[in-house]
Amino acid sequence: MRVTVRLFARLRDLTGSGELVRDVTAPATVQAIWGALVAEVPALAQYEKTMSVAVNAEYSTMAAAVSDGDEVAFLPPVSGG
Amino acid sequence: MPLVALTAQPLDLQALMAEVGADRVGAIAAFAGLVRDHNQGHRVRFLEYEAYEPLAIRALGRILEEAGTAWPGTRLGVHHRTGRIEIGETSIIIVAASPHRADAFAACRYTIERVKQIVPIWKHEHFDGGEVWLEGATANPDDEDARQAAHRIACA
Repeated sequence: MRVTVRLFARLRDLTGSGELVRDVTAPATVQAIWGALVAEVPALAQYEKTMSVAVNAEYSTMAAAVSDGDEVAFLPPVSGG
Repeated sequence: MPLVALTAQPLDLQALMAEVGADRVGAIAAFAGLVRDHNQGHRVRFLEYEAYEPLAIRALGRILEEAGTAWPGTRLGVHHRTGRIEIGETSIIIVAASPHRADAFAACRYTIERVKQIVPIWKHEHFDGGEVWLEGATANPDDEDARQAAHRIACA
């Protein structure tokens, strides 16, 4: 199945793109998609403890299941205001 | 004009006050956050704000619901800029309207504290000699300790 990965702020800079399309084996979780991404870009690993995740623009968890066509976002600590 | 918005255009406090309905209440508290020319020992040149827009809109809506529950009868609006913002420009405006000033002040303060906790927006600070992504809170809207901390600050 195919998912869209969204990355923001420093995570986007580290990856070199704010939006990636990845084919993953079903069933998959957010954690599995993150793991594959870290294998591509090891510098991302330091963010696992402090980032948030979202699936289809709703806050979610690393354990959440991901379906074909979903948008999975990885969010570093926020600094709005 | 919606009560919650992200925009690359300059923010209009008067328009948001009108939208919130300031003419129908007894008290209004407004907050504007401005880009300052220094931060952590740097001379700041400008900021760029990045947002995960659909989730940011939902998170802002959630904050207004929380504030509406905590201070019944208040009515709130919040607009946040995106993109490049120069020194002295406004990055966020919040308007809280209520029959009573204490509730208006508290709801306004609560809203900015929660924005800094759970809304997926990031500051990219460009300063003399470099640039840095500012990273504050790990966004978790279900973190009850964080929500209560924002409430305590609002009522201090």
